[in-house]
Amino acid sequence: MYRIVRKKALNPTVTQLEIEAPLVAKKAKPGQFIILRVDADGERIPLTVAGCNPEEGTVKIIFQIVGATTEKLNHKQEGESIQDFVGPLGVATHLDGLKKVCIVGGGVGCAIAMPIAQALHDMGADVTSIIGFRNKDLVILEDEFKACSNKMYMMTDDGSYGRHGNVTMPLKEMLEAGETFDMVITIGPLIMMKFVVAAAKPFGVPVTVSMNPIMIDGTGMCGGCRLTLNRDGKKVTKFACVDGPDFNGYEVDFDEAMSRGRMYFDFERHAHEETCNLFKNA
Amino acid sequence: MAINPHKHEMPTQDPVVRAGNYNEVALGYTEEIAVSEAARCLECKNMPCVSGCPVNINIPGFIAQIKKGDFEAAYQVIAKDSALPAVCGRVCPQESQCESKCTLGIKFEPVGIGRLERFVADWHNANTTELPEKPESNGHKVAVVGSGPSGLTCAGDLARKGYEVTVFEALHTAGGVLVYGIPEFRLPKAIVAKEVEGLKALGVKMETNVVIGKTLTIDELFEEGFEAVFIGSGAGLPKFMNIPGEALKGVYSANEFLTRINLMKAYKPDGSTPVQHGKKVAVVGGGNVAMDAARCAKRLGADVTIVYRRTEKELPARREEVEHAMEEGIVFNMLTNPLSIGGDENGCVNSMVCQKMELSEPDESGRAKPVPVEGSEFTLDVDCVIMALGTSPNPLIKNTTAGLDTQRWGGIIVEEETGLTSRKGVYAGGDAVTGAATVILAMGAGKTAAKAIDEYLMPNA
Repeated sequence: MYRIVRKKALNPTVTQLEIEAPLVAKKAKPGQFIILRVDADGERIPLTVAGCNPEEGTVKIIFQIVGATTEKLNHKQEGESIQDFVGPLGVATHLDGLKKVCIVGGGVGCAIAMPIAQALHDMGADVTSIIGFRNKDLVILEDEFKACSNKMYMMTDDGSYGRHGNVTMPLKEMLEAGETFDMVITIGPLIMMKFVVAAAKPFGVPVTVSMNPIMIDGTGMCGGCRLTLNRDGKKVTKFACVDGPDFNGYEVDFDEAMSRGRMYFDFERHAHEETCNLFKNA
Repeated sequence: MAINPHKHEMPTQDPVVRAGNYNEVALGYTEEIAVSEAARCLECKNMPCVSGCPVNINIPGFIAQIKKGDFEAAYQVIAKDSALPAVCGRVCPQESQCESKCTLGIKFEPVGIGRLERFVADWHNANTTELPEKPESNGHKVAVVGSGPSGLTCAGDLARKGYEVTVFEALHTAGGVLVYGIPEFRLPKAIVAKEVEGLKALGVKMETNVVIGKTLTIDELFEEGFEAVFIGSGAGLPKFMNIPGEALKGVYSANEFLTRINLMKAYKPDGSTPVQHGKKVAVVGGGNVAMDAARCAKRLGADVTIVYRRTEKELPARREEVEHAMEEGIVFNMLTNPLSIGGDENGCVNSMVCQKMELSEPDESGRAKPVPVEGSEFTLDVDCVIMALGTSPNPLIKNTTAGLDTQRWGGIIVEEETGLTSRKGVYAGGDAVTGAATVILAMGAGKTAAKAIDEYLMPNA
């Protein structure tokens, strides 16, 4: 069992947990993920690591309450434990040699973008952060991004905070104004990452995207997390759990990934409603 | 007394009933049937059957005890050589191993060795509550990577010799393929759990949720004081055909489909992990894994077709599994090869285009190759396709262990007699070495490595 050491609601639908998992805390690097189960008979869900404290032996995860399992996870309190917690899985984001980077985060994806921005900042790289949310109430990690960015752009879809618009706007403007980056690293909804790639393409800036497909074991056994890359005119199948989760944004077939991501949509919606009713009646 | 030329039939659940439930298909011999089957054994002095067993169980020895009605004594004979008798009695391909060497088999059906082994193990589990005692420690620490059949066997053999063994398992439950791959109706999970409990009683520590190659590396295991490591990490990435449509919703690898159902219990109405309940399912492949996937899909309520490019004769699955699948109403589409999978506007599978094949004249290797029949394309009406084409080895340990030599296709290279890899103190066995094979071969490899590790760490004992 893995104890929840600290719990904090970052906004009404996003929660941060610090969980005791010393072996994972010692190893996890930005971009890697863990898999957890809340209780016996629970499903395995992958969550990207949002930070860790090797001295204390804790790993930070930030999640949005979207389904039955995240709903159950959100009902766990400080001092309680979750059933399983395994990692770190996947390959860490490649940061070596990067001197000037634009980080583009969307929604809860900012939780994963944050440790990458921090690591780049600690390396002495020039970091420009663009973070976007649906509205003011959903903003997370603003101060943290400010602290490690040379420049930061805050965007909201409805204009209730920061600038009105989506994350590709400042990116396009900067690139059009002649700004250059060694790399754009983007993490967020698939549709957002797809548009970030499209925005960067005319300027030939390399784009790394972080994929978060459906998976079970996370160790390269089930193949559920496969995605298609278009590489040199050929279609190549890769597994997000062992080959990723980071991929070259220009190669990823986003439309396919979006379709696959909705495989269990009906099941999940139904399970979430049932779980919510359970908690209501409790 | 004349010898009964036939093996006693295995009592099974009625096919129509069992195709709707996950309870075990084969019900096991009764005491009477077991004693009567044991009486068929000729007790040959040269024991040919033993040479057919990868772990060299004293087969005539345990059968002699069954004849006497001393089932516990029979169990003790098996337990000397096998860590997992209740498992092997169910999933070993006895027909190509011990039973294929049985003298009785020359004129009649061989003795039902597998069925007797299963009977003895089940009798022991039902009638003995005593767990084995932990032997005195010899002070040496050994790490075992993976809790599948090779790892459990290696751990058991070493623990019985007094080694302090820790098994590291990546998933949340110990058992490897025995829990994520082989379905409940063929190998009840309670039996696997019982065998694992037996190992714990011997002092084996089970560390679940540890991925060697990620959470810890092989080198770190040595730094932590382990003096030898056995790698039994099993099969890896599933293979696909690389045909159009394999990324559609409703295309599964057999690994994923079986893991959802077996490990994650997606077949239960209140399961928290989803699995598609296809109405018309095609399973591509002809091995035991394909049979398992097909029979699981059947139990979820589907019409199931096996699609295989050779003929029934070449099916790599055990005969018994093929027969069980046929009895349950699974259709076998032989000499058929998929060309593409079609989908609807939502990206869900709705068809599979196949072509008929014919077998060529056997080539130099003696194997007839399937070749396409021109103009034979046809479309199967399906909403789910399961690819059971085997796996390629998992890269996690190879990529993080300097000096560990692997084959070009990724399998770990070992000395056959010992299981020793290119790294001092590191041994390996099972699917991580051979590619997809059987439970008992993996157990044999675990046993070989345990013996070699003992000789390495206690050369003067």
